[in-house]
Amino acid sequence: MAYALQQLINGLTLGAVYGLIAIGYTMVYGIIGMINFAHGDIFMVSAFIAVTAFTLLAAFDITSLPLALTAVLITAIFFTSAYGWAVERMAYRPLRGSTRLAPLISAIGMSIFLQNMVQLTQGARVKPIPPVIEGGIELWRTADFTVQVSWTQIMIVLVTVVLMVAFTWLITQTAFGRQQRACEQDSTMTALLGINVDRTISATFMLGAALAAVAGVMVTVYYGVVDFFIGFVAGIKAFTAAVLGGIGSLPGAMLGGLIIGLIEAFWAAYLSPEYKDVATFAILILVLMFRPSGLLGRPEVEKV
Amino acid sequence: MKKTLIATAFLALGAQAQLAHADLTVAIAGPMTGQYASAGDQIRRGAEMAITDINAKGGVLGQKLKLEVGDDACDPKQAVSVANTMVNKKVVFMHGHWCSSSTIPASEVYVEADIPMATVSTNPQVTERGLKNIFRIMGRDDQQGLVAGGYIADKFKGKKVAVLDDKSAYGKGLADEMAKAMTAKGLKPTLRESITAGEKDYSGIVTKLKQAGVEVLAYGGYHTEVALILRQAQQAGLKLTVMGGDTMTNSELVTAAGANADNVMFTFSPDPRKNPDAAPVVKRFRDAKVEPEGYVMYAYAAMQLFAEAAPQAKSTKFADLEKAMRGGTFKTVIGDLSFDAKGDQKKPGFVVYQWKGGQYDYAAK
Repeated sequence: MAYALQQLINGLTLGAVYGLIAIGYTMVYGIIGMINFAHGDIFMVSAFIAVTAFTLLAAFDITSLPLALTAVLITAIFFTSAYGWAVERMAYRPLRGSTRLAPLISAIGMSIFLQNMVQLTQGARVKPIPPVIEGGIELWRTADFTVQVSWTQIMIVLVTVVLMVAFTWLITQTAFGRQQRACEQDSTMTALLGINVDRTISATFMLGAALAAVAGVMVTVYYGVVDFFIGFVAGIKAFTAAVLGGIGSLPGAMLGGLIIGLIEAFWAAYLSPEYKDVATFAILILVLMFRPSGLLGRPEVEKV
Repeated sequence: MKKTLIATAFLALGAQAQLAHADLTVAIAGPMTGQYASAGDQIRRGAEMAITDINAKGGVLGQKLKLEVGDDACDPKQAVSVANTMVNKKVVFMHGHWCSSSTIPASEVYVEADIPMATVSTNPQVTERGLKNIFRIMGRDDQQGLVAGGYIADKFKGKKVAVLDDKSAYGKGLADEMAKAMTAKGLKPTLRESITAGEKDYSGIVTKLKQAGVEVLAYGGYHTEVALILRQAQQAGLKLTVMGGDTMTNSELVTAAGANADNVMFTFSPDPRKNPDAAPVVKRFRDAKVEPEGYVMYAYAAMQLFAEAAPQAKSTKFADLEKAMRGGTFKTVIGDLSFDAKGDQKKPGFVVYQWKGGQYDYAAK
C-alpha cells in the first residue's frame, strides 16, 4: 500500500511535467491546426537557460532559494518566449496559407536545428547542477517501506495546478482568450473583425513556450541534469498526452499528461518497466479507436 | 598542337604531383552527435592526436594519413550509411563503430569492401560472426560480465542485488553475463529488469528497488542513465552501490551524479594512463587540454595498430593487412596488442575500478 502511494506520487509528478509541455502542443494545434514538433526542443532550450541562470547566480553568490528560483524562472520564461516567438516568425509564418504539410516539415526542421545548435554551442556532454532543493517529508512509514515526497515534487505539482487554473482563466475569461478562440474558429472572419491574427498567433506561441520554460526549470531542478537530447523523449510523450486528452483541449492536455505519468509509474511498479512505453501507447491506440478526438476533445465539425 | 602538348605536359605533371601526395585515408566512426556524443568526442580527439603524431614521423609507407570522421549517432541505420560513405571514400582502415548495435551492421558493409576495422564494441556478436576484417582492441561483454559478476558475488555475498539493463545490445549482453556469473557463484539476483535509455525519470524503478530492499545494482548500459538513477535513488532515500561496465569510465558520470558517483564500480581494461610506456602520449594529451580518459587512448592505439601493421604487410591491401594484424604483436599506448582467430584481443584482462572523489582507481579486492 505504501509502495503504491509512493508510485502514485512519482506518477503524478511525472504527469504534471508532461501536462505542462502538452499544453504547448495543444494550444498551437488549437489555433493554427499544426503540430509544433519543435516544442519539445523549446523545452530543452529552456532547461539549458535554467542551467545557465543557476550557474550565473551561483557565481554571484546568490544563494537565497526563493530569490534564485524566481530569478531563474523569470529569465527562463523571458528567453524561452523569445525563442517561441522567433521560431514562429521564421519557420511557420512565411508558410501560413500553404499546404498543411509544409509547416509540419518546417517544424521538424526547426526541431533538428535547435537540437544541433544547442549541441554545438553547449557541447554534447550533460550539464548538471548541484541539488537545489534537498529533502522532503516522510509521509508514511511502515515496517518495510517509507513513503517520501521531496519538496521538488510538491513544488512541481503545485506550480502545475496554479498554472492550469491561470491558463484556463486566461482562455475562458479574458479578451485575449476570446481573440484566441476566435482565431481558432475562423481566422479570416477574425481578421475582418479587426483582430490582429498574426499577433494572436505569436502570443500563443510565446505562451506555449513560457509553459515549456516552467517545465524546463522544474525538470532541471528535479532531475538535476540536462542534455541537448531531452526535448525528444519529453516532446513525444507530451505530444502523446495532448492527443490522448484530445488535442486542442487545455484540460485534455493536463489529463492526458497525468494519465501517461500514472500508467508509466504503475506499469513499471507492478509489471515490467521494460514494457511501460508499450502500455502507454497501447492505451493511446485504444482511446483513439473509441474516441478518435481524444478523451476531452470535441469532434471536428466539417464546415460546408 | 603546341597548346595540346603543353596541356598534356601540365596534366602529366599534375598527375605525378598527385601520386606523390596521395594520402592514405583512415576513418573513425561513432556517435559524434546524439546522446552519446561525448564518447564520439573522445574517439575523435584520440584519433586526431594519433594521426598528427604518425604524420610527424613521416606517415605510413611514405604516405600521410588523412582522417575521415563518420557520425552514426549510435543509430544502426545511420551506421550502415556511414559505412557506405566510408567505402566510397576508399578508406583503408576503420576505427569504429562505438555502440555494438552500430558496429554489427556496419561491419557487414566493411567486410564486403575489404576494409579492416579495429573496434572497442564489447558485444560478443561483434567477433562471433566469423568476419575476417574485425579486430577488437577491447575485451568482450562475456569476459567483462564474468569479472563484474564474480566480483559482486564475492564482495556482496548475502546482499540483495538487482540486475538492470537498458535494452541495448551492449547493455543487455553485459547484464545477462553479470547475472549468469553471479548465479554461478551462488548469488541469485533479486530482481531482473530493463529500463528505456534516454528517459529522465527513473523514479518508478528506483521505488521498485527500494521496495525489494536492493542494495547493489548490477547495471548493463551507459553512464547517463546510471547518473539519473543514482540521483533519484538519493532523493528517494535509497543507498545504492552500482556495478557497471566500461562505459562508466566517462567522467560525465561524476558531473551528473555528483557525490553519488562514489558508489559506482565498473570493469575496464587496465587504465592505459597508468601504462608507463604511454606517459609521453598522456602528457601530449594533457598539454593539449584533453584528458586521455575513456576511449581517447583506444582511438590512439587503433591508429597505431594500423601504422604498425601496414609497414609489416608492406601494403594496404586487405589480404596483406589482415595477415599482418592477425599474426603480429603491436606496441600501442594501451599495451601490446595481438589477436586470435576471431579477432578478439588475446589478453583482454578486465579490472574492477571504483570512482572516488571524481577520480577512478582500482577497487579494493
